[in-house]
Amino acid sequence: MKFRTKAIHIGNQRCQTTGAVVPPIHLASTYVQDIPGEWGEYDYSRSGNPTRDNMETTLAALENGVDALAFSSGMAATHCVTMMLEAGDHVVAGTDIYGGTYRLLHKICNRSGISVSLTDASDPANISQAIQPNTKLIWIESPGNPLMSITDIQACASVANDANVLIGIDNTFATPALTRPLDLGIDIVMHSATKYLGGHSDALGGALVVKCPDLRERLYFIQNATGNCMSPLDSFLISRGMKTLDLRVKAQSESALAIAQYLDSDPRVKRVLYPGLPSFAGHDIAARQMVGGFGAMLSFELHGDYQLAKQVAGSTRLFQLAVSLGAVESLIEQPASMSHASYDREDRIAHGISDELIRLSVGLEDTDDLIADLDQALNT
Amino acid sequence: MALQSKNSYGISTTSVHGGEDHQKALDSITDPIVMASTYTFADTQSVIDYIEQKQQRGEYGRYGNPNEAVVERKLAALEGGDAAVLFSSGMSAIVGVIMSKLNSGDEVVFFDECYHRSREFCSKHMSRFGVVTRQVEACNYEAMEAAITPNTRLLVSESPTNPHLSVVDLARFAEIGKRNNVETLIDATLATPYNVKPLEYGVDYVLHSATKYLAGHNDLLAGVIIGNEEKLEDIRYLRGILGSINSAHNCYLLQRGLKTFDVRMQRHNTNGQAIADFLESHPRVSKVYYPGLKSHKYHEIAARQMKGYGALVTFELADSDWRQTADVVDKCQIPKIGPSLGGVESLIEQPLVMSYYELPEQERQSYGIRDNMIRMAIGIENTDDIIQDLKQALED
Repeated sequence: MKFRTKAIHIGNQRCQTTGAVVPPIHLASTYVQDIPGEWGEYDYSRSGNPTRDNMETTLAALENGVDALAFSSGMAATHCVTMMLEAGDHVVAGTDIYGGTYRLLHKICNRSGISVSLTDASDPANISQAIQPNTKLIWIESPGNPLMSITDIQACASVANDANVLIGIDNTFATPALTRPLDLGIDIVMHSATKYLGGHSDALGGALVVKCPDLRERLYFIQNATGNCMSPLDSFLISRGMKTLDLRVKAQSESALAIAQYLDSDPRVKRVLYPGLPSFAGHDIAARQMVGGFGAMLSFELHGDYQLAKQVAGSTRLFQLAVSLGAVESLIEQPASMSHASYDREDRIAHGISDELIRLSVGLEDTDDLIADLDQALNT
Repeated sequence: MALQSKNSYGISTTSVHGGEDHQKALDSITDPIVMASTYTFADTQSVIDYIEQKQQRGEYGRYGNPNEAVVERKLAALEGGDAAVLFSSGMSAIVGVIMSKLNSGDEVVFFDECYHRSREFCSKHMSRFGVVTRQVEACNYEAMEAAITPNTRLLVSESPTNPHLSVVDLARFAEIGKRNNVETLIDATLATPYNVKPLEYGVDYVLHSATKYLAGHNDLLAGVIIGNEEKLEDIRYLRGILGSINSAHNCYLLQRGLKTFDVRMQRHNTNGQAIADFLESHPRVSKVYYPGLKSHKYHEIAARQMKGYGALVTFELADSDWRQTADVVDKCQIPKIGPSLGGVESLIEQPLVMSYYELPEQERQSYGIRDNMIRMAIGIENTDDIIQDLKQALED
């Protein structure tokens, strides 16, 4: 069964009780048992819920994993992974990881005696060098945010496997429609399901997908013990969203490529960061590990300053000014004033996030309409 | 309002943003689901202002809700109409139109391939109130014109029809109405505004079971009537009295479904054509009904007025009785057996069993429902997966 068919049918079996073509939404907090001490399939919704299970089953099939666990947010999912670590353990992570993950590692995990080394993951040798005897987790992201940096997933997985260290990836930007990291040797795939999986800006969720049953048990134990699970209504909306994931991501990626090419040839634009452009640093690796598109996120720098970028980001009509990404609605933001505003300016610029950088999350609108919108905004 | 103007934006832009406020309540990027049964007033003077100034605001849930209003605007924008009135189902929409527009002694003319429940409502129920229903052969324009009397108020057809996929020449249909001063209605559920916009041909009302392609996920019921605002006024008014309004939850899911309308319809169209082509070349298949096939009776008119042909495909098996036909249905792994259409999941059914089981054979045959007929409502799954599945199901 191919990807789009799985997205629609796996985890969405007809309801045995009613025949309903779409599984019912089970809002129940608890489940009535027949005999004391003999548990049925479900006992309490923190431990398992049929609607959440359906969503997890679909996602696991899309990522070619054995199972998935769904959380109340992407950060809750990442936190579950770090809860496997113990005092004295060490984490190696890419310098381009999501800010929320950075904060979790540096401001929360450190309190439990866990140390972190950040390294430029675009060269797998850096990861190899950063591994210490106490390294227990490697965490990467590809494409990275907001510079779209590409990490060679297979090479990093191979480094991790050789060193016998667990490796996880945040696959939110690429989605399983384009990249399936478990097939490339990754142990844990993490998603902010809020983004492309849900795809409609109306549900919060996170997920972990694994290929090893034992790892699934360890993570499930933590999830059940700490209680971070996706709500049934959000699970339903994300399941519904995944049915059009392939169509959305591919159509949005096509638009993003067209927009990247348009911006790349525009004299008002200094530089375009998009893995689909042959001139982009990680293009060749991206072409290998992203199949069917290069994603729908892109960033660009203007010939101008902070003020100009701020003005352009505030002048679009179809691109709405907001953080987050991955939905049918196109969004625009200036990292310097929005997603990365908490960074110290010099530190931010050292990370390559300039004042004049603008990030786009390309939605599902008509490509020509989106280009026309950017054109009028660039003229302001 | 972000995108009110009609043809200025591409269809996907209208699907995502059409009819929605650019900046929404609490700066939320999506519309809130407003669950209120009633809407309150700050003070007595506000009530008086509302009544005297005919303000646009909520009063009581049966008259409308904010989620319905936004989805009505989006649907009107997609169809190129002034306004839309949303109902709790496709049937309640047609009932709403019929009951608004026809009085005792008035007449309605149907093409006979129109949805049988719509015709039945008129012939069995409106007849009790003295409304006369006439039916003529589908796409027989002379017969339709001949059926018009001075009392005729409405001409109704589906296009394409179900399950034969006959395609009505919309310009001709609308012209008969105009020349005779009779209003026209097209149920365009199977076409959707992606493939054809009947209002552009001069048809007065477009009706959809929004349950199908518009919502697209087989998880809600809705109906809609789209047209000129003035002509819809009495329909909306009657809906408020009859109470066939949709729920805020459903309206939200419909709005959400419409966001992917463009990509879903592209896929439905390509899947529909690919599977019709496959079936036509299969030795066990004796006939395929699909407007995108050159062999289809109405291919020429369909090619002229439709952008794509949708994903409903009906076919007949060679030398097969009803049981052998049922065996093919039962052998399919991907499509689920069920009525309805237009969702992401493929569905399959044998019209004889699903919709006409209790009718005498002669009557079934008169509607063109053959024992060896299968109807498939193709979803957006991978094309090859569906073809492989049909291939194994068709093996002897």
